[in-house]
Amino acid sequence: MSPLLDVRHLRVTFTTDGGPVTAVHDVSFAVQPGEVLAVVGESGSGKSVSLLSVLGLVDRRRTVVEGEATFRGEPILGLSERALRRIRGRDIALISQDPMTALTPVHRIGDQIAEQIRAHERVSRHAARDRTVALLRDVNIPMPERAVDRYPHELSGGMRQRAVIAMALSCNPALLVADEPTTALDTTVQAQVLDMLRRLSAQHGSSVVLITHDMGVVAEMATRVAVMYAGRIVETGTVAELFDDPWHPYTWGLLDSIPPLTGPRPRRLPSIAGMPPPPGRTEPGCPFAPRCRAAMPICRLPPPEQVAGGHRALCVLDAPTRAALRPPRVAA
Amino acid sequence: MLATVVARLVQMAFVMFGISVLVFLIFFATPGSDPAARIAGRNASPETVEQIRHDFGFDRPLPVQYVVMMKRLFVTRDLTSFVNRGQKVIPEVLDAIPATLSLVGGAAVLWVLGSLAVGVAAAALRDTAVDRGLMILSLIGISAPVFWLGEVANLLSQSRYHDTWLFSWVPGLGYVPLSESVSGWFKALVIPWITLAVLYIGIYGRVLRANLIEAYSEDYIRTARAKGLSPTRIMLRHALRTSLLPFITMFGLDFGALVGGAALLTEVVFGINGIGRLTFHALQNLDLPVILATVIYASFFVVAANALVDVLYAVIDPRVRA
Repeated sequence: MSPLLDVRHLRVTFTTDGGPVTAVHDVSFAVQPGEVLAVVGESGSGKSVSLLSVLGLVDRRRTVVEGEATFRGEPILGLSERALRRIRGRDIALISQDPMTALTPVHRIGDQIAEQIRAHERVSRHAARDRTVALLRDVNIPMPERAVDRYPHELSGGMRQRAVIAMALSCNPALLVADEPTTALDTTVQAQVLDMLRRLSAQHGSSVVLITHDMGVVAEMATRVAVMYAGRIVETGTVAELFDDPWHPYTWGLLDSIPPLTGPRPRRLPSIAGMPPPPGRTEPGCPFAPRCRAAMPICRLPPPEQVAGGHRALCVLDAPTRAALRPPRVAA
Repeated sequence: MLATVVARLVQMAFVMFGISVLVFLIFFATPGSDPAARIAGRNASPETVEQIRHDFGFDRPLPVQYVVMMKRLFVTRDLTSFVNRGQKVIPEVLDAIPATLSLVGGAAVLWVLGSLAVGVAAAALRDTAVDRGLMILSLIGISAPVFWLGEVANLLSQSRYHDTWLFSWVPGLGYVPLSESVSGWFKALVIPWITLAVLYIGIYGRVLRANLIEAYSEDYIRTARAKGLSPTRIMLRHALRTSLLPFITMFGLDFGALVGGAALLTEVVFGINGIGRLTFHALQNLDLPVILATVIYASFFVVAANALVDVLYAVIDPRVRA
């Protein structure tokens, strides 16, 4: 099966006043039709930038995007703005992080959704409105016939994010890029929105790239995971592979910071000491080494890629060493 | 909506009452500006001053003076100038209004359209040569004093090149009433319009560009781009629409002030007998009834323009609507 989106050796460099800063180093990933790929990492790890630069949504004048990316087998990087416009919203849709700012404050939400439909399809105003109402009903917004005429500020955060999701789904996109879709929401609303996102993406046949920093969300939603650190994918694999047998010490840290569901709760959750490296870092070695509890002198060299099927990691540790360093967590 | 408008009108009336009291007090009750002495002129004998004080009612209590003054201004409309005895104030102001309104109204159309074009073009072509060129031109427009610009325009169109094909159509200085001749009105005003508008095109264009660039860093612009909308649509429907509030605020203030007399320099340069000139001459002679009338007239426009701005706010931004 050929991947829907295939990104290879993506490198994104921003031109700043202090010189060029590379935010994404040699990132490769693929999204298969129908799958949910979670891209995990802390703030500044380059997860949003990787996806936004593929869509051409970074500031073109200040950003150099190198590498290759194909969407449905056609190259997508370097396409003209005009050609990208036909893909954006129709084939690949974006769900932004903060629903409070993602909608234009001065237009009714129904108009904003219908606007997208009419940008890609020749439908009448009336038909677009009917479809909008149906979409709002699908995302469980109460009284959708009235909600279409509401302005963003008249809706709660959860309702706005539902409207944003309805907008993203409005043209049945093949791929949904959800950039931290629940980070700005209340915990109770998060679960509802995630459920809905999973149900609707399956219903519309959309693949999903879910950008998040929340391993709980990953376990809940994803089929595959890519863990990003300092602009690189340090480990990737299926959810089962990553959760049961994480290879990279950074992934260990992420997993250990999830509170256990059973047994005594630790008084303090473990955290990863230290800070991620500054974006302008130039040393060739493993970027995680300064914070890594298994760091060795060899980590100052570029880390080798270990591969077993679809499971890959950028780390020198072999299986016995890993087993000695990280006792498996006691299963429930 | 209706309740808002009514509340706004009541508020307007209240503000204008306050202004009229304030103006009255400044000119009639400030120590050192004895209106009787002023009217009597220099070297007048104390008896004459006393006589005038009695004739004009300046010896009566202030509230009475105020009421009498307002009554003559608004009800009987027979308030006369202190300087040109017998000249009634109200017709004088009414004569000046159309000239100023024509001047400022036409310039406002030019400067709104011009600055929208400048701001939108500069923001859309940000950091290009077009953007830089427009911003420099704006700065020159802001820096060029209106009296200088007007005199240069007059020099070119009235004397130096008046006989060439370019400026032979330009009539002599002065205002031509619209009722007299539409084309004459237009020809007489088009150069003053441009002269007055240049400054505002520069200011508004630069402010609009800054606001648009700020809007372009907002999340909703990224959403709009991610939706696959065209750049034109993103600019006009999403960025411009949300950037108009400061623009409208400034417009309300400037338009009100200009109609209220701040177009004085333009009026003087182009020989237009408008409110600005009237106020200016009245101030020179301390012609208190005329000053009173023009200041109250000006305050009406400032207050009305701001009320209009409030209504426009509600039209443009749903978050302002109650």
